[in-house]
Amino acid sequence: MNGAHDLGGGHGHGPIAPDPNEPLFHAGWERKAFSLTLAMGFTGQWNIDQARFARESMAPGRYLETTYYEHWLHGLEVLLAERALVSEAEIQAAESIGETKPLPRILNAADVLPALQKGGSAKRDESTAGQPKFQPGAHVTARNINPPTHTRVPRYVRGRTGVIDRVHGVFVFPDTHSKTGDERPQWLYAVRFEGTELWGPDAEVGACVYVDLWDDYLDPA
Amino acid sequence: MPHDRHHHDHDHGSELTETELRVRTLESLLVEKGYVDPAALDVLVETYEKNVGPRNGARVVAKAWTDPDYKAWLLKDASAAIASLGYTGRQGEDMIVLENTDNVHNMVVCTLCSCYPWPVLGLPPTWYKAAPYRARSVSQPRSVLAEFDVTLPESTEIRVWDSTAETRYMILPMRPDGTDGWSAEQLADIVTRDSMIGTGLVEKSA
Repeated sequence: MNGAHDLGGGHGHGPIAPDPNEPLFHAGWERKAFSLTLAMGFTGQWNIDQARFARESMAPGRYLETTYYEHWLHGLEVLLAERALVSEAEIQAAESIGETKPLPRILNAADVLPALQKGGSAKRDESTAGQPKFQPGAHVTARNINPPTHTRVPRYVRGRTGVIDRVHGVFVFPDTHSKTGDERPQWLYAVRFEGTELWGPDAEVGACVYVDLWDDYLDPA
Repeated sequence: MPHDRHHHDHDHGSELTETELRVRTLESLLVEKGYVDPAALDVLVETYEKNVGPRNGARVVAKAWTDPDYKAWLLKDASAAIASLGYTGRQGEDMIVLENTDNVHNMVVCTLCSCYPWPVLGLPPTWYKAAPYRARSVSQPRSVLAEFDVTLPESTEIRVWDSTAETRYMILPMRPDGTDGWSAEQLADIVTRDSMIGTGLVEKSA
């Protein structure tokens, strides 16, 4: 979706302002937004691309005025409501209303470290995707697509031409994974775009951008 | 900062902000429904507050600086080389390590969200997740680096890696001059988080 999250190339957001003494979490509620999101993610009621889409769906003005963990909180509330796990009415009433849907999997304290250390790779067996469409050195153009649903091809590369730098392997395709849960594994590449191709005469000297893009985002140039 | 916007007009400590209240309500609902184990929440937070952070990545870098075979392995198969030191899992399942040199400077961003290699760097700093860095690092990397007090010659190519997929990038920074004979432990102590994102350089006197 062409949401406020797709920030690459934007101006006017102010200085970066790194803070060397920044705490990992700034408030108790950030710890909770983080840990509740991870714990609920573990229950398997949604996948990571659906979680990203839920965060991106925040109204653009609000997205830009809020912080990372507010985006996470919004995403969590959207996902819980969509799956009828926690409704807005329950949040307003601050109590459980109606039946509670049982979940097949809960993250217990003892499972946390093994679950984190195991992770969940999005890489799939290469035999699931046939031959890669492109090899390193091939010129490719990112498709100009504008789905209202989740996608990982940023606006600033759409319609732009680059060169395949490396083939990463076969990975879950986020667009279908978010929409229906269909993994549709396909080849993923790092594509190199010259700064001038992306930004024209305003590009900085000697700068380029590498973007990870799947087969379905690319055409031969 | 935007996250202060809720705090403008109430007495300190006497009132919950709207966000604090919603999170508290959500937590009690999720616990009440049996979807969340409260003890698991504490372990999740403690893991990243105490155990998983940029010291992990620094040990990877220091080993690469002191062991040429490890460095070659790290640049070829980062996931396996990093896993051999015990750093694996969530948000670092498929790792790529990129080497900075006099000629090429790599830096990492995620313009679409805030993808970051958790097992080696921990959770990302606010600036990495906020709009200014995500917007400008791809179009104006030299001016972004200047905000981190890093100025590179025009002859150094700058490569910005936008983490749009589940591959996670870490930078192998340049080893500073004058550190010959240093142990891996000594070297790990001078490796900064920002140098592994690519927004900093490692200096001898850290």
